[in-house]
Amino acid sequence: MESSEQLESDGSTTFAASEARSAPVRILIAKPGLDGHDRGAKVLVRALRDAGFEVVYTGLFQTPEMIASAALQEDVQVIGLSILSGAHMALFPRIMDELRERGLDEVLIVAGGTIPKADIPRIKALGVAEVFGPGTRLATIVEFIRDNAPRQSPLW
Amino acid sequence: MPRLASLVENEDPRGLDALDALFSLTGHAHVVGVTGPPGAGKSTLVAALLGQIRASGRQVAVLAVDPSSPISGGAVLGDRIRMMDRHADDGVFVRSMSSRGRQGGLAWATAGLVHLLDAAGYPLILVETVGTGQDGTDIASLADTVVVVEAPGLGDGVQAIKSGLLEVGDIVAVNKADQPGAEEALGLLRTSLDLAHPIDGRLVPVLPTDSVAGSGIPELLAAIDDHDAWLTESDQRTLRRERAARAEVLAGLRAALGRRLEAGPGRSPELASLITRVARRELSPRRAVTALAFALDSPASGRPISD
Repeated sequence: MESSEQLESDGSTTFAASEARSAPVRILIAKPGLDGHDRGAKVLVRALRDAGFEVVYTGLFQTPEMIASAALQEDVQVIGLSILSGAHMALFPRIMDELRERGLDEVLIVAGGTIPKADIPRIKALGVAEVFGPGTRLATIVEFIRDNAPRQSPLW
Repeated sequence: MPRLASLVENEDPRGLDALDALFSLTGHAHVVGVTGPPGAGKSTLVAALLGQIRASGRQVAVLAVDPSSPISGGAVLGDRIRMMDRHADDGVFVRSMSSRGRQGGLAWATAGLVHLLDAAGYPLILVETVGTGQDGTDIASLADTVVVVEAPGLGDGVQAIKSGLLEVGDIVAVNKADQPGAEEALGLLRTSLDLAHPIDGRLVPVLPTDSVAGSGIPELLAAIDDHDAWLTESDQRTLRRERAARAEVLAGLRAALGRRLEAGPGRSPELASLITRVARRELSPRRAVTALAFALDSPASGRPISD
């Protein structure tokens, strides 16, 4: 029988992550506030899945607290906020606050929905990387996320 | 801790080392597997249970395991939707996992995350998964208590019995108990479980639940807690621990061997031509396998495949 030291040292080769397979990027798609229309979000969710992402979809009526809590527990690299109700300027600052409070500073944040172009500079100033208006091609969104999602940062 | 969970799931050496170091702290949580056919309402039932568990003053963690797209490796993890109440609750931790197209590695990864949550101190860990296939069976074996969720109208009662899910169940919940066919489903399940003599002297309770209306939920939690107590009193816990350890180690072996397969014969230049010959009926499948199997070093079973 092998000594326990040998067993401990041999573990790394058996379970070393293979280079060929890298961990999928985890994305949270959330619908904050009272917006009840999620067909667009669901279409995006499926497109992201087909592109190989692991998508946690939160569903409707999410508070900023719930979104940040989910992002933390699921350890996502990207958050997509979908909002069609026009309440983005009220909700986005609070969402960014909740994320900051939980130390989620390195997550890529993108937003989509009926967001007037005039509001985009202020939204980006909050820390949202990009805003995708209605009619944006899915491929554009997927590509942006793929190109800009952070690599998982070290634990220590 | 969520970051550590990712490291473990991604098989990052740092995560795996941490898990090894933490393993001696595990073994305290009550691990409850919630399984059953798709459409039975498992997620909604788990959500209802969460409310009940929190009302009893306990913290709880949930692992929601969703199958992934075998083509892209991506997944939609939507179980969480039904689980969160209208405000975030610090006493509930929900983590979604997909099978990521792993060859048999899902149960292995799930076990790792269960240990992590156990070491983190959650007294109750719910693992929700669809109950089919090797992974489904393995994941069920990881649990101390297995709750099988059925619903009326999901094929006839014979299906439920044939599916074998009932054999691993410690508790059966017939969800959507408000719907027609629920009474019959309850009766049928109780009769069949009654006829199968209990090996360990315990009768499996069959409980009606309506996760939307919230009925039957306190009773379900009571049954879960009762089973935990019974495991201690009857000394069955040791057997369960062994079953879980066995399932986990075998799942890990399968994953490791699967990887060697991918790295070895799976990448062999001869594989493509052998496959073509099999498709053309020029070579039997068994002979194609034999031609490549030597690359795995050890025979899969005691006897070599003779030609």
